[in-house]
Order: sequence, then C-alpha cells, then structure tokens
Amino acid sequence: MSRAGGTEQDTATATLRAVRLPRRWLFGSLAVLLAAVLLGLTVGPAGLPLRGVVTEIVNLLPGVDLAGGLDDRQAAVLWQLRAPRVVLGLLVGAMLALAGAGYQGVFRNPLADPYLLGVAAGAGLGATFAIVSGGNRLLLPLAAFTGGLLGVAATYALGRSVGGRSTNSLILAGVAVAAFLAAVQTFVTQRNSESLREVYGWILGRLLTAGWGEVLTVLPYIAVSAIVILGHRRLLDVLSVGPDEAGTLGVPASRVRLVVVLAATLGTAAAVSVSGLIGFVGIVVPHIVRMLAGSSYRIVLPLAVVVGATFLVVADLVARTVVSPGELPVGVVTAFVGAPFFTLVLRSARRPW
Amino acid sequence: MTTLTVDGVGVTLLERPVVDDVSLSVPAGTWVTLVGPNGAGKSTLLRAVSGAVDHVGVIAFDGVEVARLRSRERARLVAVVPQDPARPDGMTVLDYVLLGRTPYVPYLGTESAEDLAVAGELLDTLELRSLSDRMVTELSGGEFQRAVLARALAQQAPVLLLDEPTSSLDLGHAQQVLELVDELRGSRGLTVVSALHDLTTAGQFADHLVLLVDGRVVAQGSAQEVLTEELIRKHYGARVRVVTDPEGGVVVVPLRSRPAGGGRDVGGVA
Repeated sequence: MSRAGGTEQDTATATLRAVRLPRRWLFGSLAVLLAAVLLGLTVGPAGLPLRGVVTEIVNLLPGVDLAGGLDDRQAAVLWQLRAPRVVLGLLVGAMLALAGAGYQGVFRNPLADPYLLGVAAGAGLGATFAIVSGGNRLLLPLAAFTGGLLGVAATYALGRSVGGRSTNSLILAGVAVAAFLAAVQTFVTQRNSESLREVYGWILGRLLTAGWGEVLTVLPYIAVSAIVILGHRRLLDVLSVGPDEAGTLGVPASRVRLVVVLAATLGTAAAVSVSGLIGFVGIVVPHIVRMLAGSSYRIVLPLAVVVGATFLVVADLVARTVVSPGELPVGVVTAFVGAPFFTLVLRSARRPW
Repeated sequence: MTTLTVDGVGVTLLERPVVDDVSLSVPAGTWVTLVGPNGAGKSTLLRAVSGAVDHVGVIAFDGVEVARLRSRERARLVAVVPQDPARPDGMTVLDYVLLGRTPYVPYLGTESAEDLAVAGELLDTLELRSLSDRMVTELSGGEFQRAVLARALAQQAPVLLLDEPTSSLDLGHAQQVLELVDELRGSRGLTVVSALHDLTTAGQFADHLVLLVDGRVVAQGSAQEVLTEELIRKHYGARVRVVTDPEGGVVVVPLRSRPAGGGRDVGGVA
C-alpha cells in the first residue's frame, strides 16, 4: 500500500478508534455493581453495619488488618450466609446475561435466550428426578447440570438430522426437545405430588446457599464459559453481517457458532444447576445494554456481565426481604422488576426494535 | 499480482448443476466480467471462487487451490463485494471497514494500529472519512456501496470479486464505483472478476468478457467478440442493436421487438 503523505496520514488516523466499551459505561456500571453488592451484604434479617462490612472486606487484602470490623457473630453471618449468596448471585446473573447475549449473537436473533436450546427443560427434568427420588440434596445440581447438557445434545442431534447447519432448524429442534422434556417433567411431577412444592420452587429459581460449596462448584465452569464467550466479542460483530459474508472475511461461521454455543450452554447449565430456572435475565439484560450503550458485541458482552450480576444481586435482595422472614423465588422478582423496566427502556429507546 | 485459474469447475446446488465444466484464466492485473441471463450461474461461480460453495474441478490462485486454503488465508487472497450486503445494526462505517481486517486480526484478538491505518487510508480513498462515525444503516445506497468496497479493499487481497456491484446504484454512482475499481486495479495491480447485468458497462470495464448460459461458457473474448447481436438474441432472447462507439467501446441498445401500435414498420429505428 502506498504511504504517501506519511505524517499527515498518521495524525489523521490517530483519531480513529475501533469500537470498544466506553469507559464511562464500564466505571459507571462497576460503581452500581459495587453499591448493589454492599447493599446485598448489609441488608437482611440481621442487618450488618456498612462500615463493618467494608472493613472486613478491606481486611481480606494481604497485610491489612484494620480495627472496627464485625463481631464474631456478625462476621459469621457475613462470610457464611450473605457473601456466598451474593457471590452466587453475581456469578449466575453475569453468566445468564452473557450466555443470552452470546446466543443472540451467533443466532442473529434478538429473541434467543440462554434456555433456547433445551438447557432449561433438560435441567428441569434432571432436577425433578433428583427431588422426587428423595436422594442426597447434593446430587440436585449434578442432576440438573447433566439434564441440561443432555437437553442441548438432543437438540443438536435433532437439528442436525433435519436441517444440517441451518440455525432455524436448530432453534425449532430446541422447541421440540423442550416441549417433550417439559411434558415428561410435568408427568413425573404429577405422579409425585408430595414433591410438587419443591419442584415448583426450583423451577421458579432461587439462590439458596449453604456456605461456599455452590460457588466453588460452578465457578470453574462459569469462568471458562465467560472467558470463551468474551474472547469471541469481535468475531460476533463479524457474524453480524451473516455467515456467508463472514466466511469471505475469513471467519468460519459454523465453527464460531459451535464454540460459543458450547461455552454458553456449559455456563448456563452450571448456573441453572445451583439457581433453578431464573428467567428474564438472559434476554432482558443484553437488550437493555444494547439499547443504552450500543449494539457492538464488544460493548454488549462485557457490559452484560456487569449489569447481569447487578440485576440478580438486587433481585435476590428484594426476594429475601420483601416478605421477610419468608422468601420469594428470585425468578418471580426478576420478571416482576424486569418486565416493567424493560418496557420502560423499550419505550424510551430512539428506534423500535 | 495474482493469476486466477478456473479449470473444469462445476457446482451442484440442491442436486442441480448450476455451474458446469467452466474453464477460464484471469491473468494477473486484468478485469474479467461474467455476463449472462438470470440464473446462468454467474454469482455461483463467483461464490465458488471465493470458497463459499463447494466445487469440483480446480480453482487456483497462482497455482494454490482455493479448496486447500484455510478461511483466513483465503480471505487474504480474495475479497468479495457481495450482491446484497447486509447492513449490521449499530455499526459505524469505520468498524464496518475494519471488518475487512479480520483475516489479519488474531483469533480472539483486536485490531492493531496498522489495521486502523489501512482503514483510515481507505476512508480517504473512498471519500468516507467524514462519515466514519455514522452508522452504516444511515448511509445512502451509494455511500454504503463505497463502504462495502472499502471493506473488501481492507482485506488487501490481490483478487477482487464483484457480484453486481452496481445493482443498487444510479447511473452516476455506478460509473464512479466502477471507475474507482479500475483505478485501483491499475494502482494496486488487482485482479478483478465481476458479474454484471448491464452489457454496455460490462464491455466498457472488462478486458475480457465471459458469456455464461445455464452454467456453461458459451462465448468469451473481447467485448466486440462476445457482445454481438446474434449471441445476445440467442441467449438472452433479447433484440438489441450493438453500436460501436467512436471511442472504441461497444454499446448495446435494447430494441422493442414490436412497435406499440402493432403492424407498424420498425424502419424508424433501423
């Protein structure tokens, strides 16, 4: 290429910058997340002083030992009850929002959500079996996780057998598999009506933790999934011109789709296994982010992580405080809060979606 | 400078042969244009050359077969201006042009300063600099077509494929785009293969014309050799007058087969 007028060219190109997450959105959203986390840690049946909580957190830093922390009972509430639950909310919310955005990107379909390909129905069936069999409670996440992956595998096999690589056949296969698994799940639940309440509670989604076990179980899956999906943020932008054009630009669309779907499915199955079927996060958060900050996946994906985490931490805070000492299923709250908010954002968006 | 060789190439779509035993050679730095009626296989042949559809036979760039290339390597050799390119939502002109740098951006990586420099230079060449922050969905047809061309050129591929690059453009913009491609072919030594509907334009901008009918080559050569009244009547079912214009080009003028009144002599046009 000719480089005529070198210096002039350089000063002109100095102003060009590829799309990226604007700093104000990054820092703004992180600040809101921090506030949500502190709120989640301090508010509850046993209120904790904000100052004490902050001191305890700062004391986690190596070599720092400030006075003015919590007393032993309060510290136990913080570290054994609140913190695991808040962290689980962070992970699950971030994962569901990120997976939803990933699915929307590879399927180029704004209605895609993390449960699109039969993860939810499969996990629901797995969890139902675990509950009605009355076995070890620790097996429930494993059963849900396995069921979710099997659901997606069935969807993939069916989609391939009817339509090769077409995305529509995959999505339709997901509908068929989900309907079938949901029917089986309903049947099993009906036959074991004494477990109805518990199955129903799981389906509606809840963040129940006993210490850090759940967090540690899902963390590796969610971390790997998130790294893979976030790594594909530029390639998802390339896919937005369609698989054919992406191919001429050197991106094999079907391979990118497979990798992102696998990662999103793995992360979703892990999240669902400990949280039940929390709806609305995976579809609403990416759209809110897109409408507010821009539709490049280099903006949507990282911001969806932060906003999804914030959204679920706040929703869980509401779920465990409004009917205190009882609890609402967090899935009810995400829809109850999310639906009106989504409508509000839709209405104020500059253009119709 | 890259020579494109197409030898005995066939493409079958949905069990129907769409391109059948096509052979042609495009010497480095020349412009070959495919013409032919609708459904002749022009777009499919271009898609085969870009590696987008499977083919039998040999398609090679300087002897390297396209089928053996990985998609990134291929995208560095061949760039495509599609017939009906998608306009992605919420993407700026700059980011759209930078899509052309994809074969140079590491997998999971992001654009380098050099990628931005290439894109910046093309924004200037194609007079898009002032539009660089605009969304591609907001551009006029002519502006968007220039952005598509800039994206293709950003691939810095020696071979450029144009599938009806002017179908959505008015006469003036169509000429501008084609002149620009011709200029770039001269300055960068591009090898160009295009499919064009307009026969006069095809004759003006190509070194070599290939007439495809039902997936086969029925004639090839200079504009004078391919754009004859007889061949066009036979294969397009169209009545035309071919006029040699004083500057040496060939002008194809469609004629009405029957006068509106019926029964009147067509002598007035003769």
